[in-house]
Amino acid sequence: MEKYRIDSSKGMEFGLYSLGDHIPNPITGHRISAQQRIKEIIEIAKVAEDAGIDVFGLGESHQTYFTTQAHTVILGAIAQATSKIKIASSATVLSVSDPVRVYEDFSTIDLISDGRAEIVAGRGSRVGAYELLGIDLKDYEEIFEEKLELLKKINDEEQVTWRGEFRPPLSNAQILPQPKNGSLPIWRAVGGPPASAIKAGSMGIPMMLTTLGGPAINFKHSVDAYREAAESKGHDSNSLPIGTTSLFYVADTTQEALQGMYPHINGGFQAIRGGGYPKQQFAQAPDKRDALMVGSTQQIIEKILYQYELFGMQRFMAQIDFGGVPFEKLMKNIEIIGSDIIPAIKKYTAK
Amino acid sequence: MKIVAIAGSIVGSKTRIAMTKVTELLGNKYPQHEVTLLDLADYKLEFSDGRNYFDYDGDTKYVTETIMAADAIIIGTPTFQASIPATLKNIFDLLPINAFYDKVVSSVVTAGTSKHYLMVEQQLKPILAYMKAHIVPTYVFIEEKDFLRKEIVNDDILFRMERLIEDTVLTVEAFEVMRAKKDAEYGF
Repeated sequence: MEKYRIDSSKGMEFGLYSLGDHIPNPITGHRISAQQRIKEIIEIAKVAEDAGIDVFGLGESHQTYFTTQAHTVILGAIAQATSKIKIASSATVLSVSDPVRVYEDFSTIDLISDGRAEIVAGRGSRVGAYELLGIDLKDYEEIFEEKLELLKKINDEEQVTWRGEFRPPLSNAQILPQPKNGSLPIWRAVGGPPASAIKAGSMGIPMMLTTLGGPAINFKHSVDAYREAAESKGHDSNSLPIGTTSLFYVADTTQEALQGMYPHINGGFQAIRGGGYPKQQFAQAPDKRDALMVGSTQQIIEKILYQYELFGMQRFMAQIDFGGVPFEKLMKNIEIIGSDIIPAIKKYTAK
Repeated sequence: MKIVAIAGSIVGSKTRIAMTKVTELLGNKYPQHEVTLLDLADYKLEFSDGRNYFDYDGDTKYVTETIMAADAIIIGTPTFQASIPATLKNIFDLLPINAFYDKVVSSVVTAGTSKHYLMVEQQLKPILAYMKAHIVPTYVFIEEKDFLRKEIVNDDILFRMERLIEDTVLTVEAFEVMRAKKDAEYGF
């Protein structure tokens, strides 16, 4: 785990992440400017650090309703504005970028932040970036596998010689600057089904698994498949961290949490996926067996610990700002996370 | 209430004639509801490539967004090779996984022979159920012999159409009551 800068003795890490979505607040209909949204994201990272949150992640998307197309630039600003919180992507759409440039960016952020940068590489669940940046969707699967392999190779080797289909070859190339301690934690972003989890395990690369909702037990299969695939390829699965991610909203009471979150999750799903979040399913969500993190402080703690027992993950990442959640609601969430949730979770999971 | 009628084929005339009739009957009985007929022959649709429906342009975007905004959809389909035509399947493929959640869907089917009378049960309804539609159980099955020179001449078909339309609208209203009851319970 040290290679990935994770100290299990301190207990499970708790992080925040944002997709950088830029959606009107469904309650008021008002949308803040892109500039204000970007500045608020930087501010959230600072407040998160002060609240004792371990990680802040920011994702990349290239289409309507998003504002973090240049996520590495914003992560650079966060690196400068903070001093101890880990800084990650969530995720970097590796398929549409050159792995060399991605590595250069994150190594630079690692130097600015004094060794706090991480890459979470994904394929993207929205296709806007592909069309905009000239990547053929028919290569969706293969281009990502090739680029992730190259990214890992760059991370593992000082001089890179490589040849592939989607990028000019590299011959004894030195990719500079080097990160502070020689390598970066690089994770593979994995959606629900086990196919990508198996690919992550086979490659021996940490897995960031999204658990967007529904029964948590459904994701157990992907976790098991990941560890099994890792072992079958000769990797020690005990040395490979797993992170899980979920939409998140905590309040003093269950009812307050449901009322606070529903307009945003429903409006956000409507804007990005073209269909709202079913109310009936949402009403079941506070149950500890449901993966969607909505509920009172105590319910959220129980949910996270329930998942910890199921998955044994090293990190949990919460998405609190999806669907135009106003800044003051975010601050309230961070306050509860820092003062009540993190202490309870660390106490239980520290070894 | 928004009701969309779809004529699911780009060739032939029976399904289009049937759905034009359905639209006309709807207009007569429920002038207060907004009815749109989408005859797929009038549109140039792309094959689904997996993107979100609203990320397409032109006709593909218009047709899929119109369907997604509907409370009820009446699907008209001919029978090709014992199943629905590819043009109609493409509509389903263009839409998201739970596209018909909270929507009522009913069907009108035309066929060259009575041997296809279970086609809707075996081919169409499983797709609608998978996409979470509230399916109106009965459907109208129309054969070649029910038409004469571009007109429906079998009164039984017209009566059945009237009943289907009524069932479709009443089912939407029933689910509205159910939803309101649940929403009142949830309080969010």
